[in-house]
Amino acid sequence: MNVLLELDDVRVSYRQPGRGRIQAVRGVSLSLGAGTVLGLVGESGCGKSTIAKAVCGLVPIDDGSITFRGEPVRRLGLRRRDPHAMRIQMVFQNPYASLNPRRTVGRQIEDGLRVNPDQAAWSVASLLEEVELEPAWASRYPHQLSGGQRQRIAIARAIASGPDVLIGDEPIASLDASLQARVALLMRKLALATGAGLLFISHDLSVVRVIADEVAVMNAGEIVEQGRVQRVWEHPEAAYTQRLLAAIPAVDGLGRLPG
Amino acid sequence: MTADDSGLRIRSLRVTIGRDDAENDILRGIDLEVPAGQVTGLAGESGSGKTMTGMSVMGLLPAAARVSGQILFEGTDLLELSPARLNAYRGSRIAMVFQDPTASLHPMLSIEGQLTDHYRSHTKVSKAAARKHALEVLEKVQVPDPEIALRKYPHQFSGGQLQRIAIASALMCSPSVLIADEPTTALDVTVQAGLLRLLRRLCDDLGLAILLVTHDLGVMSSLADRIAVMRNGEIVEAGDRYQVITAPTDPYTRSLIDALPATQTTGPEATP
Amino acid sequence: MTALDAVRRRRLRVPAALRTPVAVVSLAIIVAWVAVIVLAPVLSPAGPNAQSFDRLTAPSAEHWFGTDQVGRDVLSRVLHGARVSIPVAAMLVVASLVIGSILGAIAGYFGRVADEVIMRVADLVFAFPTIILAMVVAAVLGPSLSNAVIAILVVSWPPYARVTRSLVLSARQAEYVIAGRLLGNGPFTSLSKDVLPNVAAPVVVLATLDVGTAILLLSGLSFLGLGAVPPTPEWGAMVSDGVQQFSSWWIAGFPGLAIMSIVLAFNLLGDVLRDSLDPHTAETVKGRAL
Repeated sequence: MNVLLELDDVRVSYRQPGRGRIQAVRGVSLSLGAGTVLGLVGESGCGKSTIAKAVCGLVPIDDGSITFRGEPVRRLGLRRRDPHAMRIQMVFQNPYASLNPRRTVGRQIEDGLRVNPDQAAWSVASLLEEVELEPAWASRYPHQLSGGQRQRIAIARAIASGPDVLIGDEPIASLDASLQARVALLMRKLALATGAGLLFISHDLSVVRVIADEVAVMNAGEIVEQGRVQRVWEHPEAAYTQRLLAAIPAVDGLGRLPG
Repeated sequence: MTADDSGLRIRSLRVTIGRDDAENDILRGIDLEVPAGQVTGLAGESGSGKTMTGMSVMGLLPAAARVSGQILFEGTDLLELSPARLNAYRGSRIAMVFQDPTASLHPMLSIEGQLTDHYRSHTKVSKAAARKHALEVLEKVQVPDPEIALRKYPHQFSGGQLQRIAIASALMCSPSVLIADEPTTALDVTVQAGLLRLLRRLCDDLGLAILLVTHDLGVMSSLADRIAVMRNGEIVEAGDRYQVITAPTDPYTRSLIDALPATQTTGPEATP
Repeated sequence: MTALDAVRRRRLRVPAALRTPVAVVSLAIIVAWVAVIVLAPVLSPAGPNAQSFDRLTAPSAEHWFGTDQVGRDVLSRVLHGARVSIPVAAMLVVASLVIGSILGAIAGYFGRVADEVIMRVADLVFAFPTIILAMVVAAVLGPSLSNAVIAILVVSWPPYARVTRSLVLSARQAEYVIAGRLLGNGPFTSLSKDVLPNVAAPVVVLATLDVGTAILLLSGLSFLGLGAVPPTPEWGAMVSDGVQQFSSWWIAGFPGLAIMSIVLAFNLLGDVLRDSLDPHTAETVKGRAL
């Protein structure tokens, strides 16, 4: 496997007013290869979003290392991002906050196209088609679109830049249930079609099961279990994973209470 | 299910905002029974009108809304009541729990204040009696250390504990109908599991009529006894939980269930 | 596309907020004053400084607004005064908006030293009452209209800096700003493309409210003899003249009314703009209804 992204014993802490330093990530090691989908699952506050931010250089790491194609990922300060690091892109959780309300969606997708080394790879129209939207919508503003449509635009913008690593930080959590699996599958399809690796972060193991090859389960800043997604889903080993799986309400109409 | 007077009955409820034509209907003639001792689920996607239905019962529609139909509670049509009479029902006989407990509780008020203020305005009991009642209700919703909890403020609790407190606040006046609008959507699944158990127990023990509004069919399937599915302001399917989930007759319900990742048995290997 | 479609499309572009009565009234007042600025020589019965032998005459058919102590027609002076007070005030506001918001944006976006330096200077200015500081600066520079403008500029940028800074501080954390930075936006691209367009609305609203303040400050300095030098027909200076002639109410009254009308119009316009500049307004209204 061609390893793109490697996290080695990464530790991140935050200072929280009145509570001292909080260890958000306590020694996480992960690796993501080209053409694979790694699911990162955990509940709120487990540190999974902090990992996404750290990989993009948005938060400083205390210890350990994050390397992308063999080079360490540097903190994104005030300066322009290093072109090498621009091969890592992210789709955010809230599609209502991740698009600039004052620019048309077409222009925002162009922002992505501009940094793609392969200029001929996409056009705005082809990307819109790829995310199952009308090419004519390029001239619309974000507030004219629904949440699911906006998230497709955010995905198109990230794909437009031709990323090697695509990170989805809870990209489907604020969408209607019937859209979640579809948008997640769309991310998988586009990431794999472009040869990228996808790090898909979610609290919902049932969605991750559908799109990921491997899954890592996080709790309290640590990875408690990692493995092929089917194995973890069917034979969870860690007690926490078992608890997490048991808590997912089954859609069987039997009225069984989870947990 | 008997059509006795306990619980809530909604009859051809129509809500319109804006110009008076069918296109502006937010609810297009809803019929729904919410019997006592049962959880009635109202499912649907965002914009389907499920929250509007709950709001109509609480009399919390925007001033510009025009309403017709009936909402019968204990033989009284809530839509006919004057605002003052409706206030006597709202928050005491019919209570509501919202999605985000951090937004529905007053951030500057201690838990004791949250629980006892509206209770005392409805019942005129003494402060000490209200406090004692608040302790009992907190015990009922399984908030640990109720004595200590009463002195705390909302920001000192986790989301799950806050939602329990919000439910306690709703239960203070011993309502017979509880409207729960996405009560677990903002919570982690492990916390959600505990709250679903709590709601089930409250329904069974207190004989509450619970109207559960949620888009989450997993929550629906585990908690609701009967399910009504809404789309574009209409109920497209209603029936027994097992039947609606396993053998839906309406194509829209079918598509909702098919779209769920949980019902997709194939792993990534089988996907394009 | 037919012509009718074009008309319909154009009509749809007028934001709903600009079609309210308040908006129409405030815009009408402003448009009327702009017309006065352009047409003052044509509209005025006399020159602004032309003296006649009728001194201190009350409003009459000949002198609608009366005459002052040296026999100048008050109506002509009010109309010509619009050419001084309004453009100068507007320019003042634009200049302080630009200076203040650029400094505030730099302070908010870059933080650290830039923030400390800019905001401490702003605090320093804030520490003095506006009019007194303006008076000091104007007195040091010497009385003239352009010195008054500089004096007002010195005291009027800090509110813009402070508001812009706090808006930028939160806007730079917005996910779309971060998404843009991940796609290689440098600090200035990020500011100009993503941050500033989204914080502009409240700052522009503040500016429209400030047109009134600027006119009043300018008039105040002129009133104190630190601004427009006689015989410049500046409204504040005219009020100042008129106050000395207590029994001839029209000398101070009409320029006072002119000040009031334009201040009011800009204040109302500020409210209207606040609603219409928000791209979500239409959606919010709908969202609230649903």
